Amino acid sequence: MSYQTETIMNKILKYSFFDLVRSRWIYIYCAFYLLFTFSLLWLSSDLSKVVISLMNVMLVLVPLIASMFSIMYFYNSREFTELLLAQPLKRSHIFIGQYLGVAGSLSLSLIIGISIPFLLYGIIGSAEIWNYFTLVIIGIFLSFIFSAIAFFIALRHENRIKGFGLTILVWLFFAVIYDGFFLLGLVFFNEYPLENFTLAASFFNPIDLSRILILLKLDISALMGFTGAVFRKLLGSGLGMSLAYLSLALWVIIPIWGIRRVALRKDF
Amino acid sequence: MYKLLLSIIICLVLMHSKSQAATLEVCSTCRWTTVTAAIQAAKAGDRILVKKGLYQEGQITVDKPLHLIGEGFPILDGKNETEILTVMADGVIVEGFQVQNVGTDYLEDRAGIRVRKSRDFVIRNNKLYNTFFGIYLEHSKYGVVEGNELVGKAVDEMSSGNAIHVWYSKGILVTGNQVRNHRDGIYFEFVDSSKVRDNLSEDNLRYGLHFMFSNDDDYSDNIFRRNGAGVAVMFSKRVNMWDNRFEHNWGVSSYGLLLKEIYDAEIWNNIFKENSIAIFLEGATRINYHHNDFIQNGWAIKMSGGCLTNKVYDNNFIGNTFDLSVSSHVNDNTFDHNYWSEYTGYDLDRDGIGDIPFRPMKLFGYVVNQTPEAIILLRSTFVDLINFSEKVSPIFTPTNVFDNEPLMKRLVFEKIILND
Repeated sequence: MSYQTETIMNKILKYSFFDLVRSRWIYIYCAFYLLFTFSLLWLSSDLSKVVISLMNVMLVLVPLIASMFSIMYFYNSREFTELLLAQPLKRSHIFIGQYLGVAGSLSLSLIIGISIPFLLYGIIGSAEIWNYFTLVIIGIFLSFIFSAIAFFIALRHENRIKGFGLTILVWLFFAVIYDGFFLLGLVFFNEYPLENFTLAASFFNPIDLSRILILLKLDISALMGFTGAVFRKLLGSGLGMSLAYLSLALWVIIPIWGIRRVALRKDF
Repeated sequence: MYKLLLSIIICLVLMHSKSQAATLEVCSTCRWTTVTAAIQAAKAGDRILVKKGLYQEGQITVDKPLHLIGEGFPILDGKNETEILTVMADGVIVEGFQVQNVGTDYLEDRAGIRVRKSRDFVIRNNKLYNTFFGIYLEHSKYGVVEGNELVGKAVDEMSSGNAIHVWYSKGILVTGNQVRNHRDGIYFEFVDSSKVRDNLSEDNLRYGLHFMFSNDDDYSDNIFRRNGAGVAVMFSKRVNMWDNRFEHNWGVSSYGLLLKEIYDAEIWNNIFKENSIAIFLEGATRINYHHNDFIQNGWAIKMSGGCLTNKVYDNNFIGNTFDLSVSSHVNDNTFDHNYWSEYTGYDLDRDGIGDIPFRPMKLFGYVVNQTPEAIILLRSTFVDLINFSEKVSPIFTPTNVFDNEPLMKRLVFEKIILND
């Protein structure tokens, strides 16, 4: 039984994955990263600066593209989904299979788009290799997180306009608005010791957490002074590092759990 | 005629006898086998030529005007116990020695070469390795420390000494030395009218060059690299600084140049590159900064409280994370007529000066000043957005820091390019 369900989910995953891998948009997405990374490496010889520029773009673009792409895919493949639902298949397998297909293909094009220029540049054996790995891992996490959130929203809302609006809002919230409230909070309570608040607040936003994880690996972290030292002390330890990645993993797991829950109860 | 000839002869004889200083050779097969014995036997003005070899004699005291020359860098070794060479006479020249292994001691500041209460000395072309304090000058005047190489083994500030330590002295010239891995590279305390030229000071734990209570000094053509802070000038007056390079002084509490309680100085033609804070000022008054390059620093200039009448003009600010940060009132400090790479204004009348004033202090820079924790939002999209919108139409930025005459083009300075 277990073997059988495994294959069904795998089949759906594979179907979505190869469907998308053949799609034009994935190629454009991949080509964008290829071009962007190549031009950055060509313009600047300082790898650390390339990583920062790439990070700045990735932190905005990966969540946006992942959520937009996922929600489009979900709405567009509704007929196919209905066909699948008519079969004696477990619902959670259908949706999670589709989700993994989308997030997987997005991550793959991101990995290819970034890795080829870096490999040609000779990242292997260079001191920056860990920064590059962090960047790729963060990119994969962000793809999976925002894909899952988009799938969750799409399942909850039949109305496409509502679904799109909400997805953009969620992206905007994490990419921009959250930091605005964060900053306001810091300024408002600046009489109090804020280290723990800062730590906690950045763990609750996957984009902030990703940014800090990358920045702390770079020279620029020296500018962060005392606050940076607090973060480095926590994230420098094995426990802190696992905690950070656990938090990112939770950001994937919780929406997936939501997808499962909604998928099981939803009336199609 | 006869008398004249006689007097000439007498003169010549006198001159000859004056230059008749004896040369005492020291080596394992010479008449003198230790430097100490040779010094005891020597008369004032003699030369002591020390041949290549290892000399472990404990503390050697030079108490008469002598010229000590090492041939092939003879090694004076302190066996990690004592101080090595102590000069206590005027007009002593020490050159060509390798001085090594001075023991660390927390009660006395042991040194490789110490000059005490002497004048007109020259310490030239020596190599000092693992000396707790390298060259230590105290209560001395008009001496030269030239072309020495000092390499320490400093691990932490508490248990390490300074490479060239000068205390209560006057008219000292420190030039062409290379100092590494000490607490401070060059340290001046109560030192007046002295000069520091052409030195390389790198990888020191605390400061590359450190002035305390020292007036009327200047330093130029030096390189300060990868130190805790490049140069610290504290509680001093009239210290001028030009043609220096401050590079890679990078870390959580690192500076290129730290100015604390200093008055009346001129800082020009320096290059500040990749320091976490290029210049940090606290209580700095009446200082002119011009023709400096600030390139890719975290903060180019960070101004803390109590700074008055600082004039910043004709400098290049290129690619710094924060060009300027002013924590309290701007007072009467001015920042006019600089080139800022962040400036995006226009120049309709084509006079080379931007038509709209530049605000070197970003909103985020201001917020970070008030709330240091906010630095964690560095490089976040939100911060980039507000900085951009403030640049277009400043609403929230509360400070009145302006460059009223921002330059459109980078200034080109004729700089002496120092060898690395």
